[in-house]
Amino acid sequence: MNGFTYHEPTTWPAAQDLIAREPDATMLAGGTAFTLLLRQGLIRPTTVVSLRRISGANRILADSHGGLWIGAMATHSTVVRSPEVRRNWPEFADAAATVATLRIRNQATIGGSVAHADPASDVPVMLAALDAQVIVRKPNAAPRVPIDQLFIDTFTTSLAPGEFIESIQIAGRGPNTRAVYLKYTPRSVDDYATVSVAARAEVEEGRLRAPRIFLGAVGGRPMRAMSVEAALGDGTEARAFADAAALVRSDIDPIDDVRGSAEYKREMARVFVERALRTLVA
Amino acid sequence: MSEHIIRFTVNGVRREQHVAAQRRLIDVLRDDCGLTGTKEGCSVGICGACSVLVDGEVISSCLLPATYADGTTITTIEGLARGGELTPLQDAFITEGGFQCGICTPGQLITATALLAAHPRPTDTQIDEWMTSNLCRCTGYHGIRRAIHKAAVT
Repeated sequence: MNGFTYHEPTTWPAAQDLIAREPDATMLAGGTAFTLLLRQGLIRPTTVVSLRRISGANRILADSHGGLWIGAMATHSTVVRSPEVRRNWPEFADAAATVATLRIRNQATIGGSVAHADPASDVPVMLAALDAQVIVRKPNAAPRVPIDQLFIDTFTTSLAPGEFIESIQIAGRGPNTRAVYLKYTPRSVDDYATVSVAARAEVEEGRLRAPRIFLGAVGGRPMRAMSVEAALGDGTEARAFADAAALVRSDIDPIDDVRGSAEYKREMARVFVERALRTLVA
Repeated sequence: MSEHIIRFTVNGVRREQHVAAQRRLIDVLRDDCGLTGTKEGCSVGICGACSVLVDGEVISSCLLPATYADGTTITTIEGLARGGELTPLQDAFITEGGFQCGICTPGQLITATALLAAHPRPTDTQIDEWMTSNLCRCTGYHGIRRAIHKAAVT
């Protein structure tokens, strides 16, 4: 295995300076995906910059509007156990708890999961449904990027060389906001999803408004169920859910693989979108 | 290529190792520290054979960059028994048939040790949630579950 030069800056400015000098550097967060890719020869980095020593990079904060700020280096286990996440967005903690196994959740980070942009990962799909904002570090700026704009394709984000993720923000919810993450793993619970669905909406008296629905593992990125959202419109009752959910088949682009045929995934997407909608109004 | 000095405590012993940046924790434990009780199974973080405790949390040592061990306290299978005295959990694995061929056993014991630290009286559901990631092809898992229950009430 090829060696590389490794850096552990201790402040955000120091990390930025390093990246400015070494724009081709590979950013290292928890290291689960990195180690796998390295050993399989799929990446051959010459310079690696880890964010692990940056004070506060793994912090989770609640703001006064019920929102959350999740440091890029917060592990999935930290999210699962966080009182702030449990209070403001327990559904996000539930989604993080579906990732792989306890060992992976203890090491893999939220920022790493987003930057890695594996379309079968769980957290990116849920963050998309929650309209999360990604706070990006780049020279002379700290833009907030809507997470839906960050994901381009499999393992590909809109982050340019020299840019990296500092934290992720989820805005607070309204009194009628409901959210759910459903992950279908027919082989074993620690597997990647065959299909996953993250859904969020405002729910009043069993009627659903402003739905936001994303699916995982059925395309090159978290796939937005645009047709389903459009068909649901505002104030939809549960009896219209089945017809709306059936439209998801044209919103996704699954492939045949060990977790099922493309056709099977389309059918399961329909089933799980309807199930997610029913869960929202339950 | 860069080399780094990492300092950590493993099984109560303070160590200082020189490591190349691309090495993994399991390489350092097995090859540099001679702690070969930790096994490498799948090498991709699935099977659980390489489980160790880092600051009390169970992780896959086949996935952790060795540099990430700097400043931590690590427990491997060799660190469970004290002065030749097995832990109640290790005893229970023997008496309840919690292993057969033994290759997965170090990882099973490490994860179960972390489980009992978090939940001293675990339910079947908690045992299944924690142990599901440690694969065993001999026992059918019932012996492992019995052993954990037995150690919990010891």
